Amino acid sequence: MGSINLKQVTKSFGDVNVIKPIDLEIKDGEFIVFVGPSGCGKSTLLRMIAGLEDTTSGNIEIDGQDATDTPPAKRGLAMVFQSYALYPHMSVRNNIAFPLKRAKVSKDEIESKIANVAKILNLSDYLDRKPGQLSGGQRQRVAIGRAIVRQPSAFLFDEPLSNLDASLRVNMRLEISELHKTLSTTMIYVTHDQVEAMTMADRIAVFNGGIIEQVGSPLELYNTPINKFVAGFIGSPKMNFIDVDSTGDDPTCCLGIRPEHIDISTEKGTWAGKVGVIEHLGSETFLHVHVENHGTFTVKAGGDCPFVYGDNVFLSAIENKMLHFDAAGVTLPQKSANAVSI
Amino acid sequence: MATTNSRALARLMLFPSVALLLVWMIVPLCMTLYFSFLDYNLLTPGNEEFIGFLNYEFFLTDPAFFASFFNTILLVGGVLFITLGGGIGLAILLDQAIWGRNYVRIMVLAPFFVMPTVSALVWKNMLMNPVNGLFAHFAIWLGFTPIDFFAQIPLLSIIFIVSWQWLPFAALILLTSIQSLDREQLEAADLDGAGPFSKFYYIVLPHLSRAITAVILIETIFLLSIFAEILVTTSGGPGYESTNITYLIYTQSLLQFDVGGGSAGGIVAVIIANIVAIFLMRLIGKNLED
Amino acid sequence: MMSINKSNKSKIIYTFFAWSISSLIFFPILWTLITSFKTEAEAISSSPSLFMFDWTLENYADVLARSPYFNHFWNSVVISLGSSILGLLIAVPAAWSMAFVQTKRTKNLLMWMLSTKMLPPVGVLIPIYLLFRDFGLLDTKIGLVVVMTLINLPIMVWMLYTYFREIPNEVLEASRMDGASIGEEIWYILLPIALPGIASTLLLNVILAWNEAFWTLILTAADAAPLTAFIASYSSPEGLFYAKLSAASAMAIVPILILGWFSQKQLVRGLSFGAVK
Repeated sequence: MGSINLKQVTKSFGDVNVIKPIDLEIKDGEFIVFVGPSGCGKSTLLRMIAGLEDTTSGNIEIDGQDATDTPPAKRGLAMVFQSYALYPHMSVRNNIAFPLKRAKVSKDEIESKIANVAKILNLSDYLDRKPGQLSGGQRQRVAIGRAIVRQPSAFLFDEPLSNLDASLRVNMRLEISELHKTLSTTMIYVTHDQVEAMTMADRIAVFNGGIIEQVGSPLELYNTPINKFVAGFIGSPKMNFIDVDSTGDDPTCCLGIRPEHIDISTEKGTWAGKVGVIEHLGSETFLHVHVENHGTFTVKAGGDCPFVYGDNVFLSAIENKMLHFDAAGVTLPQKSANAVSI
Repeated sequence: MATTNSRALARLMLFPSVALLLVWMIVPLCMTLYFSFLDYNLLTPGNEEFIGFLNYEFFLTDPAFFASFFNTILLVGGVLFITLGGGIGLAILLDQAIWGRNYVRIMVLAPFFVMPTVSALVWKNMLMNPVNGLFAHFAIWLGFTPIDFFAQIPLLSIIFIVSWQWLPFAALILLTSIQSLDREQLEAADLDGAGPFSKFYYIVLPHLSRAITAVILIETIFLLSIFAEILVTTSGGPGYESTNITYLIYTQSLLQFDVGGGSAGGIVAVIIANIVAIFLMRLIGKNLED
Repeated sequence: MMSINKSNKSKIIYTFFAWSISSLIFFPILWTLITSFKTEAEAISSSPSLFMFDWTLENYADVLARSPYFNHFWNSVVISLGSSILGLLIAVPAAWSMAFVQTKRTKNLLMWMLSTKMLPPVGVLIPIYLLFRDFGLLDTKIGLVVVMTLINLPIMVWMLYTYFREIPNEVLEASRMDGASIGEEIWYILLPIALPGIASTLLLNVILAWNEAFWTLILTAADAAPLTAFIASYSSPEGLFYAKLSAASAMAIVPILILGWFSQKQLVRGLSFGAVK
């Protein structure tokens, strides 16, 4: 019911090509996240799927039918906007009823559908209020309610949580994931926050400069990133990169090791360094260690980490967790742990 | 952003306004230009002949032109001076905490909404009339001889009336601008030990500069075409003492029926206004960047 | 405690100055209103009084009965309202397209439209006058409605444009996603949200057209003259007339004074061309 297929889709604004040819198959019922830095084209692509932007070339298929030239009203999709885009002059009830009225649904059915949605999303007490009288989280739920009530083939989310404060964001993340499990409808979710991507997605598509660098499950992207960009984008705190000179026929130009894959000791290790700023989170600790010639490494340690500012320490990478990249940033296949000397 | 569907529709919806304004601007203007090269008098229709730039020569060398050009400058400059000075003062005053601020605002803004013919006549007759006007009564009460405003200082009187009408506009624009001034800047200045005059000169005035520029340019555009006040009080006299360019062209065209000469004058007025408009356009363009 | 006294003291001083100056500014209008209730003899009296005189309605009766005042009042109404409504019909679609379908040319187009308002009327005085004469439009309400519409169209488009720009585009896109056709989008979403802005634009233009004093004076005579022109006829009166002038003026300006009070924000928006917010 909700499969979407993008074939060689491109988008240009005048002479500026913002989306290079993209191919992507989105399976019915999956939760796929488009993630990437600002300006990478993820929101533009979402809007093209919605029909709010023209496609410069290529095809967009929805459930096997070519929908490239279909207007947004006829695509059977629902979108939740970053700013929620609620109708300010209508009550919550009428906001949710609006799509149903456009579809000429009977009054009784509208009433029952609204009651249903209000129950799922905890909006029953607010039905007669106007958006201006609601909090951010409530408005967001109304926006989701308006989308759900249409029973679309797929939901499109455009950075829906960016306008919420941190604690609310965590709650809403869970609610949206729950919703996905309940409804089993395809969801395409755009965000720049890789934590949202990792926690919510069945699959993640990492965008960069108008192309998709890699598509895969969260753990795939974490464990086997296809290049330096994906490796650095996924995972928080960011992976540490070390530039090395390529020796002989070993094309390695750069090494990558995640903060959580570094051992820290006072006695011995591969790199010697001095502890800089320490961030105590209680459950874990992030140490920023200055290593001569290699800059600052971020190291993750347990909550009971004993080090202080200025300590001299040694860092070592955990076996098999270090990634090698060539001059173009592409990940090289895994070698044995001791192959490279620094 | 748009899709191709909406773009075609958008062009259709723009069409009426653009077409109408284009016609409104081009057709009459071209006709004026055309007439300006003719010897055309409404009293002797059918005898038009092409005379090249002669109309412009006569118009620009006519002493009436110099007088009205000079008067126009005085008129615009005088009103700008009074409305800006008074406007800034009023804006600062109205920004303060005062009791009954709403009522004060009503009173200050009222003159802008009075139609020009009414204000001119009220001022001319009930206030400035040298026999029955209030100013005359007041002068006599103080022991002075009343001034015959429109005979002795016609242009100044008109400047005064027009300033009264436009002062609210300047005050309102400047007040709006002052109210958008970030209070924290002034508080920081207080902490730095600045007195009221320094605060005004270094913080308030620069913030107001954009609004002041707007007021100057917008008022100038409108003030170049002052007409009703002159028509109703002095008819441009005595002589040409209170004639401005607009009124001069009016008399030539519709009172002396000299279409050719009046048209030449009209073109001259358009050129003068264009110069001001160029500056105004640049200001608006900058504002549209927001 | 000290600071409370100090701020109260400055409040008293500012209040004094504010009320004095604004009373002076308002005085001519107040005087007109008061004089309209005096007898002509009282109106020119050399010891004028503010309240202590015999109030009378004879001037109003006189102006309304003995002159075609109501006709001219009606002309003003028809011309201002008519040109504003006609202007809206043309300007709303134009502003819609410029606000929501932005192109590289949008800004230039808007500036060009505003520039037509800066054309001095004397530049087109003769052709318009002659065209009106030849087409029988002189001294007709229709002719004046057309002129008023054209001279205020740039301001209407500009104002509506700024109001429409304030409507978040995403709300309109949401309606499209919700299945609304373009007509439904405009009717159910755009117009209700834009209604206050449209009303404000209408209000400001009624005021501007009512007070316009160039074309209304030149293109009209006895039939279609609005109040601006009719009052101008008091400039060459015979005999005592101050009180009647006041009555006629009062009736002409009071409606606009009231409307003007409600349109301050619109005035700033429409006539400062974005220089202040």
